[in-house]
Amino acid sequence: MAQPTIDRATFDELKETAGAEFVVELVDTFLVEAPQLLDTLRRSLATRSADEFRRAAHSLKSNSNTFGALTLGAMAKELELTGLAPALEARGATVDALAQEYARVAAALTELKHA
Amino acid sequence: MREGGFGRARLLVVDDNKVNRLLLTRSLELMGHSVASAENGRVALDMLRRASFDLLLLDMEMPEMDGFQVLEQLKNDLQLRDVPVIVTSSLEGIDSVVRCIELGAEDYLPKPVNPVLLKARLGASLEKKRLRDQQKELVRRFATPEVAQDLQNSGFALGGKRVDATVMFSDIRGFTPLAESQAPEETIELLNTYYMLMFSAISGHGGVVNQMIGDGLMAVFGAPLPLADHRESAVRTALEMIELVELFNHEREAAAKPPIRIGIGIASGEMVAGYTGTNERATYTCIGDVVNLASRIEEHTKVAQCAILIDGATRAGLDERIEVEPLGPVVFKGKTLPVDVYSVGVGQKP
Repeated sequence: MAQPTIDRATFDELKETAGAEFVVELVDTFLVEAPQLLDTLRRSLATRSADEFRRAAHSLKSNSNTFGALTLGAMAKELELTGLAPALEARGATVDALAQEYARVAAALTELKHA
Repeated sequence: MREGGFGRARLLVVDDNKVNRLLLTRSLELMGHSVASAENGRVALDMLRRASFDLLLLDMEMPEMDGFQVLEQLKNDLQLRDVPVIVTSSLEGIDSVVRCIELGAEDYLPKPVNPVLLKARLGASLEKKRLRDQQKELVRRFATPEVAQDLQNSGFALGGKRVDATVMFSDIRGFTPLAESQAPEETIELLNTYYMLMFSAISGHGGVVNQMIGDGLMAVFGAPLPLADHRESAVRTALEMIELVELFNHEREAAAKPPIRIGIGIASGEMVAGYTGTNERATYTCIGDVVNLASRIEEHTKVAQCAILIDGATRAGLDERIEVEPLGPVVFKGKTLPVDVYSVGVGQKP
C-alpha cells in the first residue's frame, strides 16, 4: 500500500491542537475501543444485524481519520457504505483485512504517542 | 437564564464514541467553555431537561436514540426547541446533512472536526442565541407572560381570532382629586403598589392585564390562552382585588392617608382577540361588544354604588357559592337593548 499507516501531518496537527499529553490518553482510549468495535463487526456480521454493523464501521472510520489512519478509515468507510450487502464470505474476508490493518495502526500509534 | 455571551458557554457534547467525545470535549474546553457530555440521545435529553445549556454538539449515528430522533424531540419541545444544535458527524451523503438542517440544526461540521472551523461556527451560533435571548427578554418585560408564550408558540401576526372569554375593567374612584391633593411622587408610589396588588390577584387566577391607563386597567380571562372557567375566575379575582384594597387601606390609614375605593365591571362572551397596531408597534388586545359592555358596567358601579358588577353571561358561569344580587335591566349608552346587571358580594360605599 502506497499510503503510510498513519498520516503524520494529521497526527501532528492533532497533537498540536489537543496537546501531546491528551493525545496519549486519546490513543489509549482508541486502543481499548477499537478491538471492541472489531468484535462488534464480526458479531453483527454473524447475526446479520445491519444497523449494528454500520454503526461499528462508522465509528471505526471516524476514529481512524481522527488519528490519520487513512487506510483503515477508507476500509471502514467501505464497510459502512456497503453494509451486509456483499456475500457473507467476501464480507468476512474484508473484516479480516481490516483487522490486520488495525494491528498495524495500533503498533504505529503506540510508537507515535511516545515520540 | 444564564448570560449568553460567548466568553464561556455551557455546552453539551453528545456522541456514542468515546474517542470522539473526549476529543471534542477537549477542543471546546481549550476554547474556554464549560463542557458536559452524554453517550446517547436519551441521556442528552435527560440532561437538557435538568440543566440549562447554551448549545448542543450532536453526533447523528448513535444507539438507543440517534441524532435525528434528538432533533425531532427538541423541535417539538417548547422548552428546548430554542437550544441551538451543531451537528458533528461523519455521515455519508448530502441527504443526511440536509435532513439535519431541515430538522432545525443550526450548522453541520464534518468529522474529524477542524478546530478552527469549530471555533468560528460555535462563535456564530452562540452570538445568534445571545441575540435571540435578548429579544425574548424584551418581549418578557413588555408583554405579559401569556402573550410572550403565545408569541413564542405561534409567532407574531397582526389580526385576531374569535375567543370565548371574560373581560374586566377596574379603576380607582375619585382618583383625580386624590392625585391633585398630593405630590406626584406619592401618586406614582400609590399607583405602583395598587398595580402590584391588582396584578397579583389577576395573574393568580389566570387572567392577563392587557391595558393600564392612569388608574384604570383592563384584564382578560381566557385569551390569549384558553381558560376553562374564565367567568368564575374573573369574579373570584374581583373579590380578591376588593379584599386586597381593604388591606391596603388599613396600611394607608396607619400612615394617616385617605383610603381608596375601586369599581370593577365584568362581562363575558365572544370577542376578537389578537394583535392590533402596525408591524413595528403592536399590542395584544380584545375587541367587541362584550369589551364595551364591561367598560360601561364598570362605569355603572358609581351609579349603583356597588364595588363589583357583572353581566348575565358572567353570572351564568358562576358557582352557587358566590352571592349575587340582581339589579334588574339597565340601558347603557350605545346599546339598544337593556342588559341584566348583577352585583357581586358585599356592597361598597363609593
